[in-house]
Amino acid sequence: MKELIKKLVEAYGPSGQEGQVRELIAGIIRGKVDELRTDNLGNLIALKKGTGGGKRVMVAAHMDEIGLIVTYMDKKSFLRFGTVGGVFTATAVGSRVRFANGAIGVIGWEKWISSEKPTHEELYLDVGGVPGSQLPVGVGDVACFDRPFADLGQRLVAKAMDDRIGCAVAAQALLELGPTPNDVYFVFTTQEEVGIRGALVSAFGVEPEVGIAIDVTLTGDTPEAHPMAVELGNGPAIKVMDGSVLVHPGVKDWMIKTAQTLGIKYQLEVLEHGGTDTAAMQGSRAGVPAGCLSIPCRYVHTPSEMVDYDDVQGAVKLLVEMLSKPIVI
Amino acid sequence: MLLQELSDARGVSGNEAAVREVILGAVKDHVDEQRVDTLGNLICLRKARRQAQGERCPHRVMVAAHMDEIGFIVTGVNGDGTLRFGKVGGIDDRILLSKQVLVGQDSVPGVIGYRPIHLIPRAERERVAEASKLVIDIGATNKGGAEKLVKLGDYVSFRTTFEVFGESELRAAKGKAFDDRAGCAVLTELLKEDYAFDLYAAFTAQEEVGLRGAKVAAYAINPEVALILEGTVCDDLPKKKDLSPVTEVGKGPVISFMDRSFIADRRLVKLLLDTATRLGIPHQLKQGAVGGTDAGAIHLTREGVPSAVVSVPVRYIHAPVSLLSLSDLDHTVHLVREALHTLEGGLES
Repeated sequence: MKELIKKLVEAYGPSGQEGQVRELIAGIIRGKVDELRTDNLGNLIALKKGTGGGKRVMVAAHMDEIGLIVTYMDKKSFLRFGTVGGVFTATAVGSRVRFANGAIGVIGWEKWISSEKPTHEELYLDVGGVPGSQLPVGVGDVACFDRPFADLGQRLVAKAMDDRIGCAVAAQALLELGPTPNDVYFVFTTQEEVGIRGALVSAFGVEPEVGIAIDVTLTGDTPEAHPMAVELGNGPAIKVMDGSVLVHPGVKDWMIKTAQTLGIKYQLEVLEHGGTDTAAMQGSRAGVPAGCLSIPCRYVHTPSEMVDYDDVQGAVKLLVEMLSKPIVI
Repeated sequence: MLLQELSDARGVSGNEAAVREVILGAVKDHVDEQRVDTLGNLICLRKARRQAQGERCPHRVMVAAHMDEIGFIVTGVNGDGTLRFGKVGGIDDRILLSKQVLVGQDSVPGVIGYRPIHLIPRAERERVAEASKLVIDIGATNKGGAEKLVKLGDYVSFRTTFEVFGESELRAAKGKAFDDRAGCAVLTELLKEDYAFDLYAAFTAQEEVGLRGAKVAAYAINPEVALILEGTVCDDLPKKKDLSPVTEVGKGPVISFMDRSFIADRRLVKLLLDTATRLGIPHQLKQGAVGGTDAGAIHLTREGVPSAVVSVPVRYIHAPVSLLSLSDLDHTVHLVREALHTLEGGLES
């Protein structure tokens, strides 16, 4: 599965620019699903039809990642940018970014040698332009962070683990899923990082009876971390709540019982901030019981996000089992 | 001039009736159906008047502009006859001092007064007076007197005289609420043209307090494509640093690729840019990702709606007086009208 993860995390796909990731995923699952379509907002919707009598389930993992959008080019060919999703200035400085056409830029800071914390207004992008010559990018072009995937053995590091690891878990589950009574819609969503937008419209279209988001969550296991009872390596996390949702207790219990039956490690997640596609599914139409299977991840929204490989594989196992049986909530 | 009538009309969010009346008067001979929905949106339909060329022509296109403006609402009457007020929409406290306002349906004149400089210690002068500590003076001397003129919940708008600045190069006009009466003026013009699809013109309510009217209007219209017309942020006066002006007055209509509320559909952005280039219409990209528009609500409707925003650049928005170029306004009408015709050929798939 590491090969799949590597491909997904290294792909280019900031919010609104998910086309390359979509093509990649479509290529992996095409032929393995009964229907495959892309909606108006770019969500990739794949249906694995059930044998009948089950529920209509939506599994959502977002394809988009945080990034930058060029807003202005000054007279000396430096670019100013807006952020696409939550980009931390502290980890932005010195980072490299990559555009859809492959152009590379470096994030600079007006106050390079300073102990202050940079503000967005003080940052700029240097794409190696020489004054007077045509730049490879312009206003409106979008970049993602540029980092290769690193396999540390048990732990994996990359940009965009949030949420390509969720895409990898969903895609792997899709490939492993055998006959099931449930109609399972695997939805690879767009624009989560800018406000859970893709999941909102795809949930309207799919009209699920149950929703499961697959996303990363924060951990409390690093030095001086904000207290949080989630650690890398303790298994996939079953969300109880985050800043956008209180998970339907029935969905949460379904996840817990399935994990217990399988005898796989799991942990419960209470995330004080942040939001996930869960909320969009839960609030869709007249309301949908929804939950979230989370992959614990360190350094979220930096160019080096870290997950544990056992947690990832545990999530796939749990998801496949959940989707395989009749669902009673 | 329609823009003047629109600018003079008082329509703080939730109280758009006067603006609606002006628009109704201007569009009634050009639309086949019109209705006002529960939230106060004015939804006008101009049916297709030409044969669609090819199958890709959309059937229902929504073009939206919001009627409401920022302002205030009376939250209390003090014993001395002055009025406490709350802000409606995004208003910077620094712009409030010594402004003229009109209160309630009867347009009772008032001022947001302040103590004169003689009486203000130096330290206080360096601070911004908070809106919560300011009052509106309507010339009443006690609570009873004030309550004969106004009541709790009355809307308060800025009082601004519309004026065209003579023969200025920019063909500049100043007035209030160009955000988004400029868009309303453009949309009204667009209803005079014949298209190959049903054009739903949505003059929306309550944009400034959270894109509320557009949300329900788009749900009802269920469009296949949407264009949103705005009067947008402009910061083009000379600065010390070489930073983005966001938009520039006099440089033509503004095409957005992203703001806080939405990411534009790239096919529509391209269609707009191609149309402008082909016809030699001056235009500019919005060089910033700030602000929110009705597009934020419209593009998330039902299963999602491909959307784009075209704006008239306006200096000093969300202030008592803003400034735009009438040439920009004309070019915006031209661009959007032609872009709608281009859209008759469909969006790239």
